[in-house]
This record gives sequence, structure tokens and C-alpha cells, in this order.
Amino acid sequence: MAEPPLRPRRRFRQPSVIPGFGITFGYTLTCLGIIVLLPLAALVARASGLGLWGIWEVATDPRVASALRVSFGVSLLAALTASVFGFLIAWVLTRYRFPGRKIVDAVVDLPFALPTAVAGIALASLYAPNGLVGEQLAKLGIEAAYTPVGIYIAMVFIGLPFAVRTVQPLIEEIDKEIEEASATLGADRWHTLIKVVVPPLIPAVLTGFALAFARGVGEYGSIIFIAGNLPYVSEIAPLLIVIKLSEFDYGGACAIATIMLGISFVTLLAINLIQAWSRRRFGYV
Amino acid sequence: MSSASATTQPPARAGSVVTEGFAVRALLIGIAVVFLALFLVLPLVTVFIQAFAKGWSAYLAAFSEVDARSAIRLTLLTAAIAVPFNLVFGIMASWAIAKFEFRGKNLLVTLIDLPFSVSPVVSGLIYVLVFGAQGLLGPWLLEHDIQIIFAVPGIVLATIFVTFPFVARQLIPLMQEQGTAEEEAALTLGASGWHAFRTVTLPNIRWGLLYSVLLCNARAMGEFGAVSVVSGHIRGLTNTLPLHVEILYNEYNFVASFAVASLLAGLALVTLLVKSLLEWRFSAEIAAGARRH
Amino acid sequence: MTATMSSTPNARRLSRRRRVLALCAGSVGLVSAGLASALLTSGAAQAQTELLNVSYDPTRELYKEINAAFIEEWKAKTGETVTVRAAHGGSGSQARTVIDGIPADVVTLGIPSDIDAISRLSKKIPADWRTKLPNEGLPYTSTVVFLVRKGNPKGVKDWGDLVKPDVKVITPNPKTSAGGRWNFLAAWGYAYEKEGKNVDKANAFVGQLYKQVPVLDTGARGSTVTFAQRGLGDVLPTWENEAYLVFDEFGRDKFDVVVPPTSIYAEPPVALVDANVDKKGTRKQAEAYLQFLYTDKAQAIFAKHHYRPIKREAAKPEHLAQLPELKLFKIEDLQGNWDDIQKKNFDNGGLFDQLSKPPQ
Repeated sequence: MAEPPLRPRRRFRQPSVIPGFGITFGYTLTCLGIIVLLPLAALVARASGLGLWGIWEVATDPRVASALRVSFGVSLLAALTASVFGFLIAWVLTRYRFPGRKIVDAVVDLPFALPTAVAGIALASLYAPNGLVGEQLAKLGIEAAYTPVGIYIAMVFIGLPFAVRTVQPLIEEIDKEIEEASATLGADRWHTLIKVVVPPLIPAVLTGFALAFARGVGEYGSIIFIAGNLPYVSEIAPLLIVIKLSEFDYGGACAIATIMLGISFVTLLAINLIQAWSRRRFGYV
Repeated sequence: MSSASATTQPPARAGSVVTEGFAVRALLIGIAVVFLALFLVLPLVTVFIQAFAKGWSAYLAAFSEVDARSAIRLTLLTAAIAVPFNLVFGIMASWAIAKFEFRGKNLLVTLIDLPFSVSPVVSGLIYVLVFGAQGLLGPWLLEHDIQIIFAVPGIVLATIFVTFPFVARQLIPLMQEQGTAEEEAALTLGASGWHAFRTVTLPNIRWGLLYSVLLCNARAMGEFGAVSVVSGHIRGLTNTLPLHVEILYNEYNFVASFAVASLLAGLALVTLLVKSLLEWRFSAEIAAGARRH
Repeated sequence: MTATMSSTPNARRLSRRRRVLALCAGSVGLVSAGLASALLTSGAAQAQTELLNVSYDPTRELYKEINAAFIEEWKAKTGETVTVRAAHGGSGSQARTVIDGIPADVVTLGIPSDIDAISRLSKKIPADWRTKLPNEGLPYTSTVVFLVRKGNPKGVKDWGDLVKPDVKVITPNPKTSAGGRWNFLAAWGYAYEKEGKNVDKANAFVGQLYKQVPVLDTGARGSTVTFAQRGLGDVLPTWENEAYLVFDEFGRDKFDVVVPPTSIYAEPPVALVDANVDKKGTRKQAEAYLQFLYTDKAQAIFAKHHYRPIKREAAKPEHLAQLPELKLFKIEDLQGNWDDIQKKNFDNGGLFDQLSKPPQ
């Protein structure tokens, strides 16, 4: 967009005629600093008081380790489910026309707009053994609420829109001529899908997966109502932070929070890498 | 065989090479609809069924309570501060990021994104660590008699944190897509920067802006985890609507709890409705940013 | 900043810059005005005489009535209108909010160790808080009884029945809930006495009990909802007052209250938060509030809500009749002082942690 730098010296910002860089950039940094960075730094500072070894000790404490395992394990499963069904839903919504499609399309965003606490009590009353769905599941011998299955359900709920919305615009952009070409060259529909249609969508699916995963790992409001909160079984890491706090164990709470923060960072980084790779490989995000 | 060229056109007929057979299509649509109904719609319906389980008068009684009203007031106040803040921040940040090339941009964007993936509990905790009596600024605040945590400012700050990226993330790709040519033209014609923003940039992004404000607002009014950590749960003072839902739920007052929840669910429905309307009318403009949400 | 546009007159650029500045200043002003008004409203609320009682989970209904009675009494006595605000939650998390700076005037928590923690970690309450009020800061006491499904299908009569193979027990997490800690200590005390004061056997009994817990909520209220509304578990050991509340709220046709032959003498204490009342200038009212808890009027209200008043004569006979006679033991007599009790059982690596080690 802007002209190449006139001088060979690398500079912080490429020159531009557009005004307002200093003020907007400064304002952005100030807000970011006060709202996000300073408080996060306070967290890391508090946790670093324990030292790396101390954080490691907290992380490997059996109860903490198991809470982290539950959070990450169930979140992975839920993100996987959300990705599979999210892809399917995105495909159906963009490729097929059926009555009520627009309503279905709008419904996908419900978990974005519905407060997590509301989702939590609603899911709990649905999936409890005396709830509408829970009763049917109980007949099949499945206990949903108050087990890791409940956590899984809540995480699928909040992760689904991420999975759908990251893939949907790309399916819309697919050039059908490529599919036609593939068909003309003799590939059957199944082959066309697997070999031609799906590969360029993989980065988007991965991004959606990572976003759903990140949200699931950190989710609190909708889960505490439906999880059994049983140590070693259905206790999630964010709840353990709250528990550590009510035990006045600030160090422990900060250590778990820092670990989760690190994972958030890594997830975001992974998303960025996926997108960079996809830009190189496919030319778009 | 000539198929429709536009990508969103419906397939010409069953058996076309660019779609699946009728049976497969019906099956996939069926799976998608059932899955969404079971996982998303049913919980929403449950909220309303439970809220009206004992009729209208019981439903309305939930809102005549003093604590419920103050929770509604607090929630509105919080959103009224947090949303404009993030609106201004979003515009400023997207202007700096989309209209200029500078080093470290990716890092900046990642940092703005960070609150998206931080657990709400952690979001609350970090403010306790800064402003709590045992925190960084605690002693100073105590000396000057300023209450942040367990008071409205703390709730507002936590809400700003969790909704921090909403507007910025929507506007950045939008402004990037539109480039700088139009603004440059306006400037060359002698418009001031502010004028160029108002008459050139703003009209281009207004629907995307509205769209992001809508989502930001829904999240701001509905935040639970972060606010729960910094609220202190003082009745009539620091309880927001989502916290009030939990309180009523824990008081065996299920009808009132779901009634208040239905208010928030109603808000969610209105949000979805307006959002869908915006999408249908201004899809091209919004799509640029929508990928992130 | 904008260096390249030589065609723009300096004055113009200046005015443009000023406008942008004005926009910024405006937005910052808007936000800070909002924050300031928020600060002011919270500040203004504190300017009137307003007391904050930070309390534990099951006392919501109790303090609604107590507060109304105190406000009326204080108005009659002094002509001053006070507002009493209440905050409820798990006892531990409530103590944490006081430590982190919630401006509580009084704390009315579920277990003495939580007030000790406030005193130790924030110094806002003197260490000898027990000596400041009558009866070691206990205006009422309570105990743990069982709530079971109607007709008591699993035949739960005593603590020993909780570890019968097919019995599922619902109890809150002792780490976060005072009620959960009393349940834990009550079970331990029962087994300790029963097994001839054998600590290992008592530990094993409690360990077995917690193996039969399918849901561990963070507060007593959460457990009650799980048991009563969600229909999980066969028995809910809980505060006596909580059990009767469910009995009244959810209908006597669904549940029975079982009173075991022995149970624990549960001590939910109250204390003044000295540092806060001095800062807020509410010492007079806050002290009066705590004293009020020991008056006949308040004592009668305690009994009405199924708490055990320390002045039995103040309570109505029909309310006293609802507080059954049973043998109560004090955990201090079995385990020593509260510092030890807390440390040995509930702190990191304590008995509860050892017992809830993952199944091998």
C-alpha cells in the first residue's frame, strides 16, 4: 500500500500521508497497557514469586494435574466434536437450500450471545437425571450432568459457533469450477470432496478447532452448574483457581492461572502460525 | 454441463456434479438441524419454559424485587461504560493497525486478542491481584479510600477486559480490506484527518461497527466468571444480572432465577435478530471481519 | 507525525491535530467520567450509614429477617435509618473477599477458622476476636443432620449407614464450604468415638465416605440444589437449618429429616471487622448490630429458622420443639485448637487431600 521506504535504514513505521498514527497508536498502547498488560503482568509477577520450580510443583500436584487434564482433555474432545459438526453445519448452510435455513444460520450464534450462566442453568436442568434429556439418557445408562460428559456438553455448546463461523466463509468462496473440473476429469463426488474441496479448508478448520479449544479450556460459567466438581473426576482448572482462592492460596491460584495463560498464548500463536502457513500455501486465510 | 457461476447459488438439480445426492443432502441437513436443536435451541427453550412454569404473575414478581431492579441497573450501567470504551478503543486501534505499516504489528494484534482466550476466572483474578487489598495498588488505594474491587469500578474493568477485542477485531480486517486510497484522496483534496475519517472511513465501516458493538454489548451484559470473582456479591450493590441468576438459583427460587435468565436470553435473541438482519443486508461488509467471531 | 504533506498549511494541520486530540480527550473524558460516576455512586452509598454483613451460604433467609428487625430497632432507639447489606457465598470465598478488601463491617461465617484466616492474613480483625463477644462470638450454634428421600428407602439412621455400599452421599467440598467442613469433622468424630479413639480407623471411615460422594459442590447451597432439585444421591448431611429449609421449601412429601444419635456441635461465629468500621466510621452501628444478635428478639428469629439459640428461653416453644435433642460433641475436644484442626484436615496436603487421592 504505502510507497517503499526511501532510505535503506529500517524504520519503525513506513511513511504514510494518513494522519493520526501517533495518537491512535499511543491510545491503543495505553489502553492495552492499563487494561490487559499491567494486570497480566501482576499475575505473572505473583506467580514468579514461586519460581519456576514452585509453579512446576503446583502443576504436578495430583489434584491440579488432574484438573488440568480434565480441562484440556475434555476441551480437546469437545473442540473435535464441534469441528466435525461445525464443518457439517457450515457445509449444509452454505451449499444447500432448505426452508428455515436463515433461522438455522442465526441460531448458530446463540452461544455467542447467551450469557454463560444462563446456558449453565439451562443445560443443568436439561441434562440432570430428572431433566428432559437427562431422563432419556439415564434410560440408556448414560449419566450426563455432574460427570465429565456434562463438561463436554457445555464445552461443545460454547465452542460450536467458532467452528462453524471460521469455516463457513471459506466454503462460500470455493470456486465450483474446480469441482466441476474434478468431476469432468472423472473423479466421483467423494473423491472430489476429499481431494479437492477439503484440503484448502483445513487451515480454517484448524483455526476454528483452536478457538473452540481455547474457549473450552477457560470456560467457567456454563460448566460449574453442570459439572460434578469432583476432584480427580470432574473438577476443571478454572474452578480449581476459585477453590484455591477461597483457601487463601494465592500462590497456587496464580500458578494455575499462569499455566492457563501460557496455554492461551500458545494456542493463539498456533492459530497465527496456521494462518501464516495457509497464506503461503493457499494464498488466503 | 453448465452450473450457476455465483458461488452461493443453489445447485441446479439433484445429481449435479457439484453437490451430493438428495438422500445425502437430506441426511446432512437432518443431522445439522437435530444437532443444533438438541445442543443450542433446547437449552434456550428450557429457560423460557422454566421461567413461565408458574405463570405470568410469578414471572413478573421476579422483577418487582428490589435486588432484581438494582441488578438490572448495574448491568445497564456496566454496559454503558464498557461498550463505549471498547468502541473508542476499537476505532483507535483499528485505525493505527489497519491504516499504517509498522513493526511488531502482529504482536500487537495478538495482545489485543489475548482476552479472548484468557479464562474469565483469570480475568477476574488479575484485577484482584492489582486492586485487591493484598494486591499491587491495594495499600495505596486503601490510603486514599478508593474502592475498586467489590465495587462498580472493578466490575466495569473486568467487563472491559473480557470484551476488549470485540470491536477492534471486527474493524481491523474491515479497514484493511478497504485500504487507504479513499482516505488519501480525501486528504489530498484538503480534508482534515478527522473529516476524512468521518466522511470516508466511518460510512464504510458503520455496519461492521454496529455489528461488533452488538456482540460486545451482549457479552458485556452477560459476563459471569470474571465479574463473579471481583463482585463480592453484595446484594443491591454489586450483583449484576448473571450473578443475580445464580443467587436466585441458589435460593431455590427457580422460577425467578429462570425469569431473570429469560431476560438475558431475550437480550441474546434480540442481538441475534439484529445481527442476522445486519448480515443479510450488509453481508459483504461484515464478512471481512466475521471470520474471527 | 504527518511529515510529508507540504501542501497542507501548518495552521490547518495544527487544527486537524487539535481535533484528533479533542476526540481523544473526549473519549478518555467519557470513560473517566463514567468510572468516576461509578466511583461516586459507590462512594455515595457508603456515605449514608450502611452496614455490610458478609455471611456464609445458608443464612440468606435468616439475615433477611434479622436485618429488617435490626433496622427497625435501631430506628426506634436512635432515630437513625441504617441500611444493612448482605453478601452470601461459600464461607471460605467470603473470607477471601474480606481479605481482598470488601468493606465488610461484620462477618458472620460458618466456621471459626475462616475468621482466624481473615485475622491472620489481613489483620483487620484482632486475633483475640473470640473474646470480644459473648459465648466466643457465637450467637447461635447448629449441628449436622441428614436429609433423605421420603420414607428413607436406604434406611439411613446414623453416620455408619453413610458408608453402606449402595448409599450415595451429597456433600459440599470441605475446602471451600464451612458446611462441608462440619460434615467432614462430624463424620470423623463419630468414627473416632465409635472405633475407640483410633485415628487411623476414623480416617479410613471418612475416606470411604468421600468415595461415595458423586458430586462435590463448592457450597452448601449447591449441594442442596443437587440433592433436592436435581435428584442426585440418597442422603444429604447438612446444616440442621438447611435441612429443615429444604423440608419446608420443597415439600414434606418428598423428603424426611433424619437426626443421627450423635453429631457435631457446629460453631458459626460472628465478628466485627475492626479496621473497616473505624475507616468507615460505623463502629457504633456495627457493634450494636452484633449485640443485637444476642437479644431476645434475634434469638427468637434464630430458633424460627432452625438455628440453635444460645438463649433457649427467648425462643418460642414450638420452634424449640423443632430442634431435636441429640448428643453433640465438640471437635476441639477431639482434635485440639482450631489452628490444628484446619491445618491437619483441610490445608494443602491435609487429611482431605490424602483421602481424596485418585483411585489407584
